Amino acid sequence: MSIFRSHILLPVDADTVEAGVFAVKRCIEEEIAARQLESEIKILETGTVGISGKGVILVVYPERVYYTGVTPDQIPRFVEEQLVKGRICREMTHITADVAAGVKSLHGLGLTRAQNRIILDKSWKIDPENISEVLAQGGYSGLEKIVADRISPEAVIAEIKQSGLRGRGGAGFPTGLKWEFTRKAAGDEKYIICNADEGEPGTFKDRLILEGDPHKLVEALTIAGYAIGARRGFVYIRGEYKLSIERMRKAIEQARQYNLLGKNILESGFDFDIEIRMGAGAYVCGEETSLIESLEGKRGNPRVKPPYPVTHGLWQKPTAVNNVETLANVPGIIANGFAWFKKLGTEKCPGTKVFTILGHVEYPGLIEVDMGTPLREIVFSYGGGIKGGKRFKAALLGGAAGVFIPEALLDVRMDFESLKENKAVLGSGAVLVMDESASIVEMLFSILKFFAHESCGQCAPCRIGTRQLLEIIYRIRQGKGKVEDIDAMVRLAETMQATSLCPLGQSPVMPVKSAVDYFRSEFAALIPAQQA
Amino acid sequence: MNRDKILKRYDPDQYNLLAILHDIQDNSPQHYLSSDDLKATADYLKLSLSYVHGVATFYTMYSLKPRGRHIVRICQSPPCHLMGSTDVSRELMRTLGVGFGETTADGQFTLEMTSCLGVCGVAPAMMIDDEVYGNLSVEKIERIIAAVRSAK
Repeated sequence: MSIFRSHILLPVDADTVEAGVFAVKRCIEEEIAARQLESEIKILETGTVGISGKGVILVVYPERVYYTGVTPDQIPRFVEEQLVKGRICREMTHITADVAAGVKSLHGLGLTRAQNRIILDKSWKIDPENISEVLAQGGYSGLEKIVADRISPEAVIAEIKQSGLRGRGGAGFPTGLKWEFTRKAAGDEKYIICNADEGEPGTFKDRLILEGDPHKLVEALTIAGYAIGARRGFVYIRGEYKLSIERMRKAIEQARQYNLLGKNILESGFDFDIEIRMGAGAYVCGEETSLIESLEGKRGNPRVKPPYPVTHGLWQKPTAVNNVETLANVPGIIANGFAWFKKLGTEKCPGTKVFTILGHVEYPGLIEVDMGTPLREIVFSYGGGIKGGKRFKAALLGGAAGVFIPEALLDVRMDFESLKENKAVLGSGAVLVMDESASIVEMLFSILKFFAHESCGQCAPCRIGTRQLLEIIYRIRQGKGKVEDIDAMVRLAETMQATSLCPLGQSPVMPVKSAVDYFRSEFAALIPAQQA
Repeated sequence: MNRDKILKRYDPDQYNLLAILHDIQDNSPQHYLSSDDLKATADYLKLSLSYVHGVATFYTMYSLKPRGRHIVRICQSPPCHLMGSTDVSRELMRTLGVGFGETTADGQFTLEMTSCLGVCGVAPAMMIDDEVYGNLSVEKIERIIAAVRSAK
């Protein structure tokens, strides 16, 4: 193994690809080759650092200098200054974190402020397409521990149950319990499915986990398969996530080469393999029974529950469906024990949560912090506050199927229980921030348009209800609404919640009710005077 | 690649229906599924044509109409809406001279709306083919379209 004096980390995710990261990489390679520095400097493509909208990012180690908004024309100068002369290239936008040299904090980067990363721990330190780096950073140690210590499937489930891990897809169901139901269900053939059909507007955490550390999912699915008694695992990824699909495919191939997947894994006698299936653009397929239907090659219409997938899932066999982020917690819990996990987060919601911060904030992007972190801290500290010094107006938590939070509730803690007490939901972990210029009516209109478009049409309350909601808000926007329309929206959404087959039709009540509860005056202002 | 070759790559199992439709469409120069494609797929998987048609029309990524060489998909979800995707959409329609679901006369571009692309950190965003374009503004649109038009 060669030793390099300097490492350049090049985070590759959809944002940086868009900003031209590969052109920058080619330039660096050419410059390094021209100076014959190939044996001294290593360029590493890594997963995301969690910084969005700042263009191409370079992180130089051991100095820990972050360069943002990097363009190819800066590279010759960068190589000359930073790599040859070993000093910071001051004319480029940069932030340093070199404590030894006594320079600055990372404050200017917002999102890289100290985070408690257990899911994205490796995501930007490794090349996700290279299994040796994953192994060197402790990847697959959970699986190895199970094999080495001959831990039984029941003991694995017990460990997960004791950890208190709850589903991160939105519903917050205890993961260990789901696995136990699946294991105990009658039948020899069982399946584990990773739900990577991330479609909740404003959410891109699963994409960054898949892009940043796909091996973690391979390991987690293998552990889950072992625990519930499945030999086949599936990753259902939405069709738009090209890079995630590519990285996952490579990770699976490499794991097979290392006998971490396939027959007789690590000589344990356990056989398990993973297939990737691609979605084709349907929000409703994020619901687990729709996803199963889609996986079977059908229209993604949700099934009537019960029976639940844990007894009648894929091809009517017992099936556990887990969200990407939920699964990504599993290897750590097994490797470090449930007690380690319980130290993080709150008592009822242990662990961390990955949030995506977006909208009118200074630093949009993704963070992983303890469950129960106050919303104020997420918006103002990690997100860097409101862009352009404007005032905070509201945050939409959890995507379209989410809740508007007004300024008065900014101190709410972000965990399942605390949010529930405030009639809100954690949902997918999206935090969409709106400044004073945003119109709540417009936002709700956009949300209702989304639901009307994505309703699968199978059950009447959702098919007709989403359309009616859209018509009412359209009328209000046009200044043709009646004063009764405001409460009619809430009543209709409540009826849909009570009668719809799946969460899609049950969800509009959350944004509708919270928008009306906290921002009624904005709706009322659009109602013509003679009506009011 | 011809259709029969694509079909042969899969076991004739309904489980493979979505993957086959993706594969055929990706290999179609006009990015769509013709009625012959649906018929051949139905025959291969021993499903009825109406069933395959039902599946193909359920998912937004499949098109039963011929599309342009490039597919422009602008995100219309709430985060992009908040950050100004409505103005960007209008500018796209103006630059391309087509509405949503339509193809330019020269067969180069089809304009589509899409739900969240999962790149909300750079909202408003769109995808042209497999490339993501973020932090869009009305001013950027003409230049991006011109660059795609002149590439290759």
